[in-house]
Amino acid sequence: MRPFTYERASSVEAAAKAAASNSGAKFIAGGTNLLDLMKLEIETPTHLIDVNGLGLDTIDATPEGGLRIGALVRNTDLAAHAIVRRDYGLLSRALVAGASGQLRNKATTAGNLLQRTRCPYFYDTNQPCNKRQPGSGCSAIGGFSRQHAVVGVSDSCIATHPSDMAVAMRTLDAVAETVKADGSRRSIPIADLHRLPGNTPHIETGLESGEFITAVVLPPPIGGKHIYRKVRDRASYAFAIISVGAVLQPDGTGCVAIGGIAHKPWRVAAADAALQNSAREAAGALLVDARPTDANRFKIDLVERTLGAVIAEARG
Amino acid sequence: MQNPIHLEISRRNLLISSAASAAVAGAATGQVAAQEARDSMQFMSKVTLTVNGESRSLDVDNRTTLLDALREHLHLTGTKKGCDHGQCGACTVMVDGRRVNSCLSLAVMHEGDQVTTIEGLGKPGALHPMQAAFVKHDGFQCGYCTPGQICSSVAVLEEIRANIPSHVTGDLMTQTAVTPAEIRERMSGNICRCGAYSNIIDAIVEAAGTKT
Repeated sequence: MRPFTYERASSVEAAAKAAASNSGAKFIAGGTNLLDLMKLEIETPTHLIDVNGLGLDTIDATPEGGLRIGALVRNTDLAAHAIVRRDYGLLSRALVAGASGQLRNKATTAGNLLQRTRCPYFYDTNQPCNKRQPGSGCSAIGGFSRQHAVVGVSDSCIATHPSDMAVAMRTLDAVAETVKADGSRRSIPIADLHRLPGNTPHIETGLESGEFITAVVLPPPIGGKHIYRKVRDRASYAFAIISVGAVLQPDGTGCVAIGGIAHKPWRVAAADAALQNSAREAAGALLVDARPTDANRFKIDLVERTLGAVIAEARG
Repeated sequence: MQNPIHLEISRRNLLISSAASAAVAGAATGQVAAQEARDSMQFMSKVTLTVNGESRSLDVDNRTTLLDALREHLHLTGTKKGCDHGQCGACTVMVDGRRVNSCLSLAVMHEGDQVTTIEGLGKPGALHPMQAAFVKHDGFQCGYCTPGQICSSVAVLEEIRANIPSHVTGDLMTQTAVTPAEIRERMSGNICRCGAYSNIIDAIVEAAGTKT
């Protein structure tokens, strides 16, 4: 790990300003992903801004009837929250499908959204990776790519976003609230937070330098059956091969996002509209522009079959 | 203040401040030396935390993980370093009553926190019920993962009592029960390469029944 200086942030505004004024600075909250990457010198911040003392750890009702989840609410506490379990069961289910109990006790809501890919070539500093070292090439394309993305990919990167929680947030139309370095605030739908890799896979979100996520807001509950179905190589503590996060209504309508197939939680309006018809039609809409590798082509069928299982489960 | 005694750490500290210490050793002027010393100090922090009920103050390199602070500075070597990347669970300790991977947390981030390690759970002659259950059920072979397994399992039972759901919880709206399936899922962050899992589950199930 490289040496770094350390400060405890005194306010959100001060943290954002400090981060923007120092190109080597990073925020640290749970630290479960950042410290892992710092040990490997994939992340090499020269200054850490510890934001754990800023509060932002409560879950509050919004005037609109939704929930405002503080950026520093730990994954465990979010999954266990009574209203989340009752009205946003998909979110609870997605959270407990991810990581381990120890990691969920540390990992935060905003940190979960901002975690980096687990592409093995991103982690292997001996291999080219456009995300880790822009312009060096992509080792996954033509490499071992069974875990990798099949949609929204580019010739520069086929990494996936690893989060389960983000899939649920995308299905539920969550919105991130941020503070910028100049003190101004804005709201970013989760749909727009993460970017596709294009030819700049190292730029993963639309956040500006120093911009700080303070909360994630859920709109009022939409009822329906909340199902998170994760397919992985072992029963627990593994990243998704694919996952389906769905809310399905009694009349068969609903909304769905897919994890493990793209650089961001993958949701397509035409797929939501097709849910009532068939899993095949919805999966077709989700994967219309798919560009799988030979090693991950199986994900195309897996999405349809898993979606079919989710629809069948919702019908009971 | 505790100082690390291991050669490895001494060498690491040397590397950390190599530029600064070289300048200090051969300082051309006192002013330069003082500036360099200040620069190197910026990579150090003071932190005070409570470990197993005892207040401890440390001067640590900012990079020091909670795990290394416990093992190398406080010489509480019961907590083990396995993968050092949060994948194996050998380093599990409790911070403010919650289990965490101490390898993925910086010591400086624990100012004022209450840390409980395996040494704080029980002692020879006065074992924690979970420690006694692991002995009784032979819940280990080599024993390297055991402190993490025990810290984790004590916390698992508390998490179930606190009705925190897991991936195998059936109904999110009812009280979670202590079942082998729940324990197995919740212990998935603790790897045992000897494969003592079935005995570990037996030990935790028994400890769950003996605790009030």
